[in-house]
Amino acid sequence: MVFEGFARGNGVGVRNHIAVIPAVGCVNEVALRIADNVRGAVPFLHHQGCAQLEPDLRTVTRVLSGIARNANVGAALIVSLGCESVSAESIVEAVGDTKPIALVRVQESGGVTRAVTEGIAQAQEMALATNAEREESPIGELIVGVKCGASDTTSGLASNVAVGHAVDRIVDEGGTVIFGETTELMGAEHVIERRSANPEISEAILRQILEMEERAKSMGVDMRGSQPTPGNMAGGLSTIEEKSLGAVVKSGTRPIVGALEYGEAPDGKGLHFMDSPGRELEFLTGLAACGCQVILFSTGLGAIQGFSLVPVIKVTGNRNTACYLQEHIDVDVSSILRGEEALEQAGDRLFAEILRVASGAEVKAERLAYDARGANSSIYVKGPVL
Amino acid sequence: MSVRQAILVHPNDSVATALEALPEGVAVDIEGTGGAPDRRITLREAVAFGHKFAIEAIAKGSPVIKYGETIGLATQPIQAGEWVHTHNIESTRGRGDLAPSKGAA
Repeated sequence: MVFEGFARGNGVGVRNHIAVIPAVGCVNEVALRIADNVRGAVPFLHHQGCAQLEPDLRTVTRVLSGIARNANVGAALIVSLGCESVSAESIVEAVGDTKPIALVRVQESGGVTRAVTEGIAQAQEMALATNAEREESPIGELIVGVKCGASDTTSGLASNVAVGHAVDRIVDEGGTVIFGETTELMGAEHVIERRSANPEISEAILRQILEMEERAKSMGVDMRGSQPTPGNMAGGLSTIEEKSLGAVVKSGTRPIVGALEYGEAPDGKGLHFMDSPGRELEFLTGLAACGCQVILFSTGLGAIQGFSLVPVIKVTGNRNTACYLQEHIDVDVSSILRGEEALEQAGDRLFAEILRVASGAEVKAERLAYDARGANSSIYVKGPVL
Repeated sequence: MSVRQAILVHPNDSVATALEALPEGVAVDIEGTGGAPDRRITLREAVAFGHKFAIEAIAKGSPVIKYGETIGLATQPIQAGEWVHTHNIESTRGRGDLAPSKGAA
């Protein structure tokens, strides 16, 4: 089994975007104006990069480097103000010679107007230099992220189970899959213990779950009302335990071979867990920073997000959502709950859709140009803004 | 093909999930999956699409079981055929309100 992708120095992309990446939130507007003027360019907007503590600055640098390194990015332009804490040079170094990369410093250029002009010229030049030819690539080159959002009870009974089957197939074909959403493992710890490839991985994930729960409890309030979300509860999910047990099945049944920090690239194939919140903006950003070229997103009530650099395939097991929100849903697996289709069959359809999208077929979010302007990315940080 | 009204996911479960909006008083055919037997329960109240109802009596403070696992504890006695949701079960996780007072509490 193969897909048709763009070879890079560090993997195979399924899209050929020019990423315009601000090193710090102060220059978002500059990145936006550059991207607006170059065909195929997408801004990766965020609000971090300065006046933060060291652990968060390390996270931000890791994420920005990961976004620039993502194989869906054919070339990257880093935009720096010039005085921020994050080192723009270290992002350029992390990309190395895997693809065309350039750096614009706004203070050095002489302000926004000149930096935008300079950035457009550099981005345009790089756009012409990217590898734009697709070629046959093995599934082993794929890193697929999985997510569930706006979940209801159909998620745990249908769409997540079908996603889990597709995940198993990707892993069996030698590919890599990343799941996460640490909060949504509360109540499913025994599943993690059973499926971790070794005790170190299991302990690392259980520690991440405990830290997430302790952080929530440290506010002195009941987590209910935040997780499950009001929408989850309207959809029939009563507790975080119920949500977690339904959510963990989207990771399939294969062993978990790695516990990643937020935005950390896996160093091998197979199924990995990434420490991360469940909220869409931060989670999708984290998956993209890990190097995911495709994201499989299971929804009950109808999550609508796309992600600028990574095609997001929406799948639902809720027949009402499949009809009413059809402009967002790529794969309808409500047939499972009606007893009309076996789980495995629905999972096989998802697997085929992943390869189709990896070979260039556009997902609904892309056809709607949802998040084409990079407004739905956000880097997850834990400490204060100073 | 007959329409599935509700499913029971696991043989040990004490709650089933409605696959369509089910009115009060109706005798619901519940399809068992994962080795759970089929059964029929009369609803004591209406249950919305995707929501759960008890297939047996659940005592106050007892675990509520779905997927064969505990999804929370009953906060009041629940009878077979009653809607089961946030009004009569609660989570035991992330409960900063129950923790020894610290931080903002």
